[in-house]
Amino acid sequence: MGFKRPECLTKESMHYCPGCGHGIIHRLIAEVIDEDYKESKIIGVAPVGCAVFIYDYFNFDFVAAAHGRATAAATGVKRSIPDALVFSYQGDGDIAAIGTSEVIHAATRGENFTAIFVNNGVYAMTGGQMAPTTIPGQVTVSSPYGRDPKVQGYHIKLCEMLVPLDGVAFVARTSIHNLKNIEFTKKAIKRAFEVQMNNEGFSIIEVLSNCPTNWGLSPSESMKRIENEVLKYYSLGIFKDKGRGI
Amino acid sequence: MKLLMKGNEAIAEAALRAGCECFFGYPITPQTELLQYMAKKLLKSGGVFIQAESEVGAINMAYGASSCGKRVMTSSSGPGISLKQEGISYLAGAELPCVIVNIMRGGPGLGNINAAQSDYLQATKGGGHGDYKVIVLAPSSVQEAVELTMKAFELADKYRNPVMILGDGMLGQMMEVVEFDDNYQPQKVEKPWAVTGDRNREKRVTNSLYIVPEELEKHNFKLREKYKKIKENEVMVEEYLADDARVIFVSFGMCARIVKSAVNRLRQAGEKVGLVRPITLWPFPENELKRYASKEEVEFFIDIEMNLGQMLEDVKLSVEGKKTVHFYGRTGGMVPTIQEIMDFYYSLKK
Ligand code: SF4
Repeated sequence: MGFKRPECLTKESMHYCPGCGHGIIHRLIAEVIDEDYKESKIIGVAPVGCAVFIYDYFNFDFVAAAHGRATAAATGVKRSIPDALVFSYQGDGDIAAIGTSEVIHAATRGENFTAIFVNNGVYAMTGGQMAPTTIPGQVTVSSPYGRDPKVQGYHIKLCEMLVPLDGVAFVARTSIHNLKNIEFTKKAIKRAFEVQMNNEGFSIIEVLSNCPTNWGLSPSESMKRIENEVLKYYSLGIFKDKGRGI
Repeated sequence: MKLLMKGNEAIAEAALRAGCECFFGYPITPQTELLQYMAKKLLKSGGVFIQAESEVGAINMAYGASSCGKRVMTSSSGPGISLKQEGISYLAGAELPCVIVNIMRGGPGLGNINAAQSDYLQATKGGGHGDYKVIVLAPSSVQEAVELTMKAFELADKYRNPVMILGDGMLGQMMEVVEFDDNYQPQKVEKPWAVTGDRNREKRVTNSLYIVPEELEKHNFKLREKYKKIKENEVMVEEYLADDARVIFVSFGMCARIVKSAVNRLRQAGEKVGLVRPITLWPFPENELKRYASKEEVEFFIDIEMNLGQMLEDVKLSVEGKKTVHFYGRTGGMVPTIQEIMDFYYSLKK
């Protein structure tokens, strides 16, 4: 591919803060679609959160859902157009707090779409509040003394929660803090889409990402933080790939 | 074809005949038979039926399917409709057609499962956030529920707007003979906005987000124009023995049926009374009521509801203070009797 702009991205310049992981993850999705699904029907389901304008950046159809409801909306979409490649793109507030019920049940039903879950540990769009994914000790504007599990409870591990469900075909947690992991993320997206198009069931990729703005770090420092702090709490890997016996 | 059917099932059957392709629901009394009927029929016919994890899930699945251009229905009762309000606001904001059935029960809160008209305000005044309107149809018999359900799908597509069938537990649970027109063919409507995933055209997005204030205002003005058009074209009302009436009863839904019997009995006793029954609760038949209010021989109005006067405001606004509007209502799942209504009338005539 080199450094050509993927064809399924529009020319729109993205609104994300400098160094934000959303841009990288968008590009990876675009590359996978360009490589494997050039002619396919594609429908994205947009979240509420920093990625709320995602539909501006891709040149295929989108349905913009209410906060947390992307997996319910995607259920309606995929059931209506079963031959389309359907993915929801959601932040951690969206999918792991207000939308927990929707994602668990879409997964349990084995809905044939892919959820792309961007975990940066904060509610980014509303100004950096504690998210269900905020790790112990992490300071946010709504956990100003650091998340204390005795007070605010623990961080949620959505992937680990979904693995035992029979409707779930593919679960991976990846990261974008370095080149190796960016490549791994792309591979995971590729495989998740493949699993979906084989009608194997629900697929989800949790991507550990950064939020330099709300973390109060430079882009490169924020990548280091993923490596040094976030990875202690969230292990990476393919947790489930039914079709390959994982 | 003539059939003896329960109201809930008749609504479901009407929806299927109107081309409903997707149903998303969650069990709640007294509408559950509707969901069960859809489960039985839609899955077999290749349609989409999902018993969702919650009403929130159901309405958002409906949002997704409607975005794809499908004919979509969801149904519930008061407490469940409260949960659906978030999604209804989004449907209205994104201009998506959807038929929503509310078989009302007693409220507030958990209330009870008996017939009541406790959700009039929620249904007609928005219910969710933002400046929006839902077309609300209120049948007073199972046959009419069938006809209005079919109409609801047409209106939803025509205006790209949610349409609500507002019935009560009595309508949902009672059995009546209904007739279906076996030759009815649902109109196929072009939906050039529908998200289908096709790549060989301009992309399509269904969305209710307008971050720039000027754009959101423009969108809201556009919606207002649409609502104006609906108001001009879609008002439905039944006027019963009202032409020469000196006292006008106003009532909707199943309650209006009891009032109708009271009107008949009062007529037999020589009283000049009539009934005006709004069939569309939004748009409300303001002009029709205004017309009666302007008539010299009309002495006053009596509004009868199975709540504490939720429609009363609309009746009073329409009457514009020209005549007095009295109110009689039962609530909590209590149904007024013909005798009660007559007694109330006579107490006012004294
Ligand atoms: S606030 Fe954080 S997540 Fe949102 S765009 Fe900025 S850096 Fe990215």
